Amino acid sequence: MEYPAVTMKNVSYAYENKTVLDHINFEVPKGAFMGVVGPNGGGKTTLIKLILGLLKPDKGSINIFNENGEKLQDRNKIGFVSQKANAFNKGFPATVYEVVSSGLTATIGYFKFFNKTHKDKILHAIDQVGMLDYAYENIGNLSGGQQQRIFIARALVSDPELIILDEPTVGIDYENVKRFYELLHQLHQKQNKTLLLVTHDTGTMTEYATDIVCLNKTLHFHGKPEEYTSLTEKDLSQFYGHPVNIVSHNH
Amino acid sequence: MLPDFFQYDFLRYTFLTGLLIGVIAPLLGTFIVVRRLSLIADALSHVTLAGIAFGLMAEKKFGLMIGPLYSGMAFSVLGSILIEKLRSVYKAFQELAIPIILSSGVGLSVIFISVADGFNTDLFNYLFGSVSAVSQNDFLMILTIAIFVILVVVLFYKELFTLSFDEEHATISGLHSKQIHLLFIVLTALVIAASIRIVGVLLVSALMTLPVAASMRLAKGFKQMMLLSILFGELSVIIGLISGYYLSIPPGGTIVMVSIIILLIAIGIKRLKIRV
Ligand SMILES: Nc1ncnc2c1ncn2[C@@H]1O[C@H](COP(=O)(O)OP(=O)(O)O)[C@@H](O)[C@H]1O
Ligand SMILES: [Mg+2]
Repeated sequence: MEYPAVTMKNVSYAYENKTVLDHINFEVPKGAFMGVVGPNGGGKTTLIKLILGLLKPDKGSINIFNENGEKLQDRNKIGFVSQKANAFNKGFPATVYEVVSSGLTATIGYFKFFNKTHKDKILHAIDQVGMLDYAYENIGNLSGGQQQRIFIARALVSDPELIILDEPTVGIDYENVKRFYELLHQLHQKQNKTLLLVTHDTGTMTEYATDIVCLNKTLHFHGKPEEYTSLTEKDLSQFYGHPVNIVSHNH
Repeated sequence: MLPDFFQYDFLRYTFLTGLLIGVIAPLLGTFIVVRRLSLIADALSHVTLAGIAFGLMAEKKFGLMIGPLYSGMAFSVLGSILIEKLRSVYKAFQELAIPIILSSGVGLSVIFISVADGFNTDLFNYLFGSVSAVSQNDFLMILTIAIFVILVVVLFYKELFTLSFDEEHATISGLHSKQIHLLFIVLTALVIAASIRIVGVLLVSALMTLPVAASMRLAKGFKQMMLLSILFGELSVIIGLISGYYLSIPPGGTIVMVSIIILLIAIGIKRLKIRV
């Protein structure tokens, strides 16, 4: 039997006294490309931190590949690309190769050194995101879009089954956002990765995602992209708590 | 110019100790700079001073021969653990830990010094460094520290780098970030205690940061920056020690001034490169 990548049962979470997530129930099926949308402050990043084990749920349970998320042994099953990745310390003197290698540190384990196989893996991950020509450049010298590709490579290098991305395209221009989605699409289709993507670019995301959830303290919607795009402005305004204009993308 | 350093035992030990701290201070300094923890080095050096003052007081008042270097090291390591405790108490104001520890260090130093009715020349040596202060015992202890520090850094290099680049990501991937960080802070405390004999309390953080500041301008990547920092650190120590000895200036001052000159040259080279 194939287990879902993530199962959340009745999960609630509060910072001090402020409830941010209230009885969340949902599943990320294996092989899905799930988009998470919702207003700022709706609890999307909190949800992801719970899945990653950075926060512990006040109530409810989280399972990752049918293992209790809090005790998950093999953390390398999850790759993560952070919201903050494009705000990292630009002056940090590290080459692309060094940054991507840091994605293998935990996999290799303590008291062991990088060997030839690891080196090939690192170069392969850099190649997958199309940045091999820049492998020995300082990461600070790259553009925002290129840096974000490097962070994907860092997530890919340990060969995770589930890749979680928190608003990875903020601050990247439209052309590069397109290329970015093409890359995600390939990972999903060709390598059978399960993807969980938090984003505001609903227009582009609905073209690639297989499932969509809308989060604002509770789950307001959970369904297929076609269902999501057929929602009316009135439905959406209810989730967001303010009027919403649907911007249509005609390609 | 060098012969004196090989002829006299005390100078030879000073010189060899200098070569050791020229490696370990910039080695840890690289991590300290990129993690923006330079102030921790300052705080710890003042705690080390308190430990040294305690050792000198115990010797003078009570005849206890602890050895100021050992008491300095003990205070420094304790201080480093306290800083980490304080940082977790004041989660939202982590930088508060630094002035708290720094002022405690200075406060304690003043008390120990006055209880001992002052010990002027010794203290002056510890503040600004000295070329004549290193005994064979001191040297052997600093050698032990240096070997230990280098071994640990080599063994944990990939973890230390991963943690320095992105602490959150390191934690998510399953590294024991807290424990590795603690190990790192304790290493820093040891390096500071080991360096104080030669560069002095007030300038030890300079030897950890200035060579790194210079190499940051020129290096490609982290490992290269680390190696270049060590090279600059060694140059500063060697030129600084020799010139300090012949000019009768405490080596702390000359070593730091050489590092500043290297830094200025590095900035100049970078400018030239950009223009070409
Ligand atoms: N560390 C924190 N301490 C207190 N409140 C927080 C913290 N992080 C987030 N919050 C609050 O929790 C709510 C949800 O935040 P977040 O999960 O970041 O939302 P989103 O990612 O959807 O914008 C917001 O109101 C935010 O202010
Ligand atoms: Mg967010």
